[in-house]
Amino acid sequence: MHGGKQGMIHIRNFSIIAHIDHGKSTLADRLIQKTGLVDDRHFRDQILDTMDIERERGITIKSQAITLPYTSKEGENYELNLIDTPGHVDFSYEVSRALASCEGVLLLVDASQGVEAQTIANLYAAMEHDLEIIPVINKIDLPSADIDRVKEEIEADLGLDSDLSILCSAKEGTGIEEVLEAIVKKIPPPSLPESDTLKALIFDAHYDPYRGTVVSCRVFSGKVRPGDIIRLMSTGATYKVEEVGFFRLTREPQKELSTGQVGYIISGIKTVSDTRIGDTITLDGNPAEKALPGFKEVKPVVFSSVYPISSEDYQSLSDSLEKYKLNDAALVFQKDSSAALGLGFRCGFLGLLHLEIFQERLEREFDQSIIMTVPSVRYRFLLTNGDSLVVDNPINYPDPAAIESSLEPYIRSRIMIPERYMGAVMDPCLERRGVNSRFSYLTPGRIEIQFDMPLSEVIYDFYDRLKTVTQGYGSFDYDLLDYRKSDLVRLDILVNGERVDALSQIVQRDRARPRALQACQRLKEEIPRHLFKIAIQGAVGGTIIARSTVSPFRKDVTAKCYGGDITRKRKLLEKQKKGKKRMKMIGSVTIPQSAFVSLLKSEKK
Amino acid sequence: MGKTEKSGLYVHVPFCLRKCPYCAFYSIPSMQLVPSWLKALEKEMDCYRNRFDPFDSIYLGGGTPSVLRLVEIERIMNALFDHFTFAAHTEITIEANPGDLTQAKAKGFRSLGINRVNVGVQSFDDRILAFLGRRHTARQAGEAVDMLRSAGFENVGMDLIYGVSGQDLGAWSDTLHCALSFAPEHLSCYQLTLEAETPFGAMMDQGLITPLPEKEERLWFLETSRFLGKRGFIHYEISNFAREERFSSRHNTKYWNHVPYLGLGPSAHSFLDGSRWWNARSLDTYLEKLSAGKAPIEDSEHLTDEEFLLETVALGLRTSRGIALEILSPGTAGEERISTLEACGLIRQDHSRLSPTRAGFLVADRMPLYLLD
Repeated sequence: MHGGKQGMIHIRNFSIIAHIDHGKSTLADRLIQKTGLVDDRHFRDQILDTMDIERERGITIKSQAITLPYTSKEGENYELNLIDTPGHVDFSYEVSRALASCEGVLLLVDASQGVEAQTIANLYAAMEHDLEIIPVINKIDLPSADIDRVKEEIEADLGLDSDLSILCSAKEGTGIEEVLEAIVKKIPPPSLPESDTLKALIFDAHYDPYRGTVVSCRVFSGKVRPGDIIRLMSTGATYKVEEVGFFRLTREPQKELSTGQVGYIISGIKTVSDTRIGDTITLDGNPAEKALPGFKEVKPVVFSSVYPISSEDYQSLSDSLEKYKLNDAALVFQKDSSAALGLGFRCGFLGLLHLEIFQERLEREFDQSIIMTVPSVRYRFLLTNGDSLVVDNPINYPDPAAIESSLEPYIRSRIMIPERYMGAVMDPCLERRGVNSRFSYLTPGRIEIQFDMPLSEVIYDFYDRLKTVTQGYGSFDYDLLDYRKSDLVRLDILVNGERVDALSQIVQRDRARPRALQACQRLKEEIPRHLFKIAIQGAVGGTIIARSTVSPFRKDVTAKCYGGDITRKRKLLEKQKKGKKRMKMIGSVTIPQSAFVSLLKSEKK
Repeated sequence: MGKTEKSGLYVHVPFCLRKCPYCAFYSIPSMQLVPSWLKALEKEMDCYRNRFDPFDSIYLGGGTPSVLRLVEIERIMNALFDHFTFAAHTEITIEANPGDLTQAKAKGFRSLGINRVNVGVQSFDDRILAFLGRRHTARQAGEAVDMLRSAGFENVGMDLIYGVSGQDLGAWSDTLHCALSFAPEHLSCYQLTLEAETPFGAMMDQGLITPLPEKEERLWFLETSRFLGKRGFIHYEISNFAREERFSSRHNTKYWNHVPYLGLGPSAHSFLDGSRWWNARSLDTYLEKLSAGKAPIEDSEHLTDEEFLLETVALGLRTSRGIALEILSPGTAGEERISTLEACGLIRQDHSRLSPTRAGFLVADRMPLYLLD
């Protein structure tokens, strides 16, 4: 196909930015259909969302790319590269790398919902990358569609020229051609490189059990062919290229990938962890002097331990994590053990959504029954003997007598909202120890609020809370700032007098009591009644600061049990026994998995 | 009469004059098919010659066995004695509705060898009896027991129901007092259960009647147990009390100890050598199958070791006899749980057996999984 300097004018690299239900997957599906990449017979909805969780939650977790052949109305043949991006703050770095690989974006707005703010962060990111932005008003077929209002919002809220917006209904297939024409006419082709040395940006990597790691990349200069020895600039590791090609519905090998193109490289990289998103690929024999800008090592910020419900499944869990890791470079884990839950793993995540996805995929795709502990950030302790200690697991909380001072990580959060939500947003921020607030108007009526906040305060459901108080119009993004002094204690949970180490959490002293009350209440709701009373206590040091009680069964016995009742009774017991499989015995108390899960969220929906 | 290892024989008489709204046992409110049923019952007996013998208990239950005419009961008894062998002093029980008993019938029972009658008294309060849809009065119930006594029965039991809407603990206590005035050898005190697929169950779904709150259920149960305990009764199973050990129901005890039993008639269950099977819960199907020369069995199961153990523990913990400690697999976790339950006053340990306390009876269905897990 195309490539090289001549071909570049026929390449368009773009992404779609959309609010969660505004029809991104449907539009992508239509574009794929319209360009004839797949016939209707083989078509299935949400082609790009390959994971069950992506389809169900309607979110994109991994970046994906697809190359669409398109012949314009003027008869020119184009190569359109659609790069699909994740849509959550946990993955904002991945988004930025995907956007860095594009020259333009389609901004999809629902014709009845209008502009919603969750995706505003991505839009601003697109603006920061100087991308061409094409507003697309989708769902114009809906009776509730109000195109004029949406156009007004596009101008007022986004500061974009609404006259340029395209009207379409991805569902009905109307306006799709106009979208394709706009892509070739308005989005610029890749710009000419300064030199011919290979520079390709890695924006994703996934694992193929037969081929190893498949790296998704955008070539900014030079070309890469099978047989080339490539070098990953951040690690210096070299590999021999086995295959390059385009992503169609399946991989399509090509002779080479050249400047401006988007495609894949297979080169015997064993796991995705050996690659870094944002890294630059160059040729080992003729390396680029400087890597492409914007690379950073993605570091986990949220830590939680995972344990098998049944300790005999430890090996199986271990194998599953190894497999999981093949396709998720951001996950880190190491062995961990708990007095209450036995052997497990301490895992690090990019954020709570990353953790939730991990949990869901382990259960569904890997068929693991697991318990995860309360997430923690990485704290620092300075000890009286001069040592300093990094702790991301409450089990390792140091002897309080030996603590000189303690520090917790702070972030700078950026919240973008329509002005009217400012009051509503202040409360949750201040509640969560937000300090040092700053405001600025982005456009008239749209405001950015910045707060310095402890990371531990946002890893729970801050994002959810923000969406609630802003009715979906708030977008949220953050950067790690620094470590600040904070009086940190370990909150323990005692069940019938026994400390359950897996339920411990490190919290700021002032937050200990509300957190303890909340934990005791949650556990009371989740722990089923037993034959005896169960006391649930929250304690800091030796001091009990909260308490709840699960009252015992008062009566559980049928009046009659004769010949005809025995089988039925046994079956009922067997059913109850199955239910208990998802529970963990701690001392004499059976604690269901849901009790552990209930502590992961700080607020009730 | 105590427990023996000999088999028990149950005959399900699937007829009632009318259905009581709380009862979930299988029966039809018509006597029309009694002759065909009798014929089929004899055919069914043919299927089981020499498989269970000897028996040392017969239990005519239902339904309402006492609605049968004496000659019909005689025919059943004769057929049983023709087909099977019985130990000396076999316990032979019939369930009787007070409304069916006459002096002649009581004497007739006696002459057929029946030595135990369980009278469906339910209550000594006519309003409660009306609510329960019973077709007899409190006075008739008393008279029925008197008739049995004068016919020479020395083992008379009464079924009572408590926890009925509109009944308070005082009213229940009155019924118990009244029952004791007849010096029964045995009492079954059933907490009213609103069973699905009964008129009461439907009424509960519509919110017309509500079960007792758990706290009340607990109070009534414990009060009943204490009341009868003080008067010398042995609380030997959740709902069953015997004036002396020998008056506990030999037949019913077999169900709780995995002792073989043969159940004849529609919906009856049988158990032998770890297998259980049950008859169709329909008189029509029962008759059809037998007239086609087939056993009227609906389904069967063979218990795995695990299932057998679960049943043993579940059934055992419903009786004062409890379970043998040795059947619980040894291990510290198990011992810890036993001590936990002991400390909570739910079970006691003696002579290498674990048996439920009164409070333990109340949660008997909850204990097996805890102990076996």
